[in-house]
Amino acid sequence: MNNILALFKKETSSYFNSPIAYFNIIAYLAVSAGLFFWFGFFFERRQVQMTYFFRLMPWIFLFFVPAMTMRLWAEEKKMGTVEILMTLPIKSHEVVIGKFLSSFFLIAIMIILSFPIPITLSFLGNPDGGQIVASYLGLLLMGAAYLSIGFCASTITSDQIIAFISGILMCFGMLVIGFVPYFRDFGLESHFGSITRGVVDTRDLIYYFSVIGFFLYLSILSVESKRWR
Amino acid sequence: MIEVKNLTKSYGATIAVNNVSFSAQAGEIVGFIGPNGAGKSTTMRVITCYLPADDGTVTVDGYDVFEESIEARKRIGYLPESNPLYTDMGVVDYLKFVAQVRGVSGHTRNERIKDVIDICSLEPMMHKNIGELSKGYRQRVGLAQALIHDPPVLILDEPTAGLDPYQIIEIRNLIKEIGKQKTIIFSTHILSQVAATCDRTLIISNGKIVANDSPQELALSTMDQQITQVGIIGPHEEIQTKLEDLDFVLGFKQVDLESESTCYHVTSHKDHQTAPELAKFVSQNNWELTELYKTAIDLEDVFLKLTRSESQTQGER
Repeated sequence: MNNILALFKKETSSYFNSPIAYFNIIAYLAVSAGLFFWFGFFFERRQVQMTYFFRLMPWIFLFFVPAMTMRLWAEEKKMGTVEILMTLPIKSHEVVIGKFLSSFFLIAIMIILSFPIPITLSFLGNPDGGQIVASYLGLLLMGAAYLSIGFCASTITSDQIIAFISGILMCFGMLVIGFVPYFRDFGLESHFGSITRGVVDTRDLIYYFSVIGFFLYLSILSVESKRWR
Repeated sequence: MIEVKNLTKSYGATIAVNNVSFSAQAGEIVGFIGPNGAGKSTTMRVITCYLPADDGTVTVDGYDVFEESIEARKRIGYLPESNPLYTDMGVVDYLKFVAQVRGVSGHTRNERIKDVIDICSLEPMMHKNIGELSKGYRQRVGLAQALIHDPPVLILDEPTAGLDPYQIIEIRNLIKEIGKQKTIIFSTHILSQVAATCDRTLIISNGKIVANDSPQELALSTMDQQITQVGIIGPHEEIQTKLEDLDFVLGFKQVDLESESTCYHVTSHKDHQTAPELAKFVSQNNWELTELYKTAIDLEDVFLKLTRSESQTQGER
């Protein structure tokens, strides 16, 4: 626990010591609000609801989440600091969880900072509060799932660009599989869709937790692969 | 403290370390030397639990580095080759992070951080980011990080690489000072450092240990010749012809140091009492003797001899 906390602190401070965190958050807010208000035909629709905002998210995350996870492991490999990290008395799963939690912290801040949108809506009319809260919860869950996939992509290479692009590809794969007949339940978006309708089903929770668990487990295996014999 | 038994590690088809065995006791400083690619770093990476061995066992303080990796890691301070650091972190933040993971708890943590900053003379840079530091200071941060939990075992992979002569001497003294209580294994290319610092030298070549002895013993056992420097005032040609006639002289060369006397390096067999005989030889001829001493054997010659003969036998195979 102590080790996870140490890793979390180190990673979070390194996110905020560099421009990465700020840049990512600002770009995310600009892009999502812009797409929602202008390209979502918000004003033409004359409807006070955030559904369209949330429906954009699986596609926006596709680019923003791998951008945040690409450095998590690839950078350690490139700089050689992985040799320091893996010779400290810390277990591989503690490293992975610490890093994952710090990127989750960042994405949670990013999501929460979009709060001016629901506030604006509440001035314009009467949006469904419960639905919005449920959708935000779903957004956090889906974000965590994207993060675990992006993390996994970062562990397979020492090049951040490759980590970024393979992260996009892997997330894209997990997203579009939901559009294939019979595979609907495997898609990242399908479960999010049901949450945005205001229904939080245990099946959706189980789906996201198993995606997160599976890809974090793959990441731990990948991180440890150097120590296989 | 460290037991390496029949360690073998290969990368694909290349065997990096081949059946290497050695041990290091507490309070012993072991110098690890060898040409590039000889297997020094690989051996160190296995000891520090970064890479698994293909075969053989390594124990640190009784803990197997593969089976009880976490326990073994707790007892090791490690400075990897080329000293990787988190360049976006502050010096103190980085040391705090390592201390926390190393289990240096609460109130002792700040004390330890102060101690290692003292030991490594990092005070002037302690509030900077690691990325802003010069190579010498970065090296000290790497050392401070390895020392923070006061480990019984220190593994330093080329701790003096890229430093200027002053810094090299500083680090060397530091290693000597710390090495009084700890087991230290360090690798280097600079052979004079090994002679000056360590109790034992391991020369590794092509993944095998070719020598394992104190630097002095190593010099004596490897070289079958000795060189005696003698300064003589007398007629040059006569001295040279008479030197050639001496039966114990295997060869000599003239090294002029001063104008009035001529200096010669006389090579003879290592067991021969050359100095007294040369003194006798000079007085018999009524010349004047200005200096006479046995030169120290250069560790570089030893190294070249050991590693070269190894690569030659490899070539013949």
